[in-house]
Amino acid sequence: MEHEIFMLNRIEFLLHLADNALIIGHRNSEWCAHGPALEQDIAISNIALDYIGQARNFYQHAAFLINELPHESSVFSIPATEDTLAYLRDASAFKNHLMTELPNGDWAFTTLRIFFFSSYQYFLYQQLIQHEDAQIAAIAEKSLKEVTYHLRWSSDWVIRLGDGTTESYQRMNTAINALWPYTQELFQENNFLQPTKNILAQIQTDWNEKIKNIFEEAGLHLPEKSVQYQGGTKGFHTEHLPIILTEMQLLQRVYPNCEW
Amino acid sequence: MEAAINDKVWSILAAIMDPEIPVLSIVDLGIVRSIELNNQQLTISITPTYSGCPAMDIISMQVKMSLLNAGFELPIIKQKLSPVWTTDWITNYGKQQLKAYGIAPPIGKSFDGAYLEDIIVPCPQCNSTNTLLISQFGSTSCKALFKCLDCMEPFDYFKCH
Repeated sequence: MEHEIFMLNRIEFLLHLADNALIIGHRNSEWCAHGPALEQDIAISNIALDYIGQARNFYQHAAFLINELPHESSVFSIPATEDTLAYLRDASAFKNHLMTELPNGDWAFTTLRIFFFSSYQYFLYQQLIQHEDAQIAAIAEKSLKEVTYHLRWSSDWVIRLGDGTTESYQRMNTAINALWPYTQELFQENNFLQPTKNILAQIQTDWNEKIKNIFEEAGLHLPEKSVQYQGGTKGFHTEHLPIILTEMQLLQRVYPNCEW
Repeated sequence: MEAAINDKVWSILAAIMDPEIPVLSIVDLGIVRSIELNNQQLTISITPTYSGCPAMDIISMQVKMSLLNAGFELPIIKQKLSPVWTTDWITNYGKQQLKAYGIAPPIGKSFDGAYLEDIIVPCPQCNSTNTLLISQFGSTSCKALFKCLDCMEPFDYFKCH
């Protein structure tokens, strides 16, 4: 029994990592063909592709572990695959951070979100490389290389807009005020993150330092006090997630098992 | 495994080209990790370049088709994430092929800390070092976009990874 709870927590952790990557990947993919310039359109579409790839890797591993569970203890439909996990779970089963599901807003909001989130992933994956589950460690090592590029690219944009024109500075400030209330959830503990408890504090320290440095270079300031939202990892989402899922899952919901 | 079969499989794989870069074989790209034969069952392990690279599914399919055509039983294709693929695994011949095709090959070692802005990438057309980074992201996940300030041609750079 103890082992099963341990495995269920690990599966939830994997789903959390996968959901984060899938949802922010989907949001970024909405920019495809709408980017402000061709090169940036290509950049954000590439980043979206990396995220979807990371999501696939985590879902595949989660599916493998789910299918290994004793049948009577499984709360998942079996056999699970990367597709059933992405396309056949309801919003309340998703464990992504709220930040990832917010609508794209303008370019400042989008690039600032990638900056906040890829900073978080950058430090998280560095820790997960040490994970006792060899497959999680391998995915983290692979993903870290990609995230390094995402972080450089988004840092550049935060600096460029923060240190740019009056309008770009204002837009970046508006984005900071809108996104900051969703940042502390990244470091919130919960059951399935329990084994990572100690690393979360370290990630938060590294993250704060990174944000501070880039903001300084960009001439931007952190909001002094702000309300903080949470709940995503427990399945309590904003109204925006069901809307994404409705679109993303439509085909499988309307034509179950459809393939092309 | 018999050396003859081993050689044969490697030579079949060496004729399979990356679908996005048709001059670079998957062996020169460095993604073929191992070939195993167990009771007639061939297992090929390949390592994805980028997590979301759509070419991986096509490559797996091509490996299956080529081996079937050569008279092997349906092979098992395993995707192996660890150790992680890096551009260091591209062979020297592969790098020459890239350059001849118009893609600047990766410079330096994988993630030696150099920023794309800080490295000098010679133009694959005219060899000028007077080049400029346009975007860290290019037409596929593995490339960045540069332009040459002498011959004025844009070109892809296979970025270190």
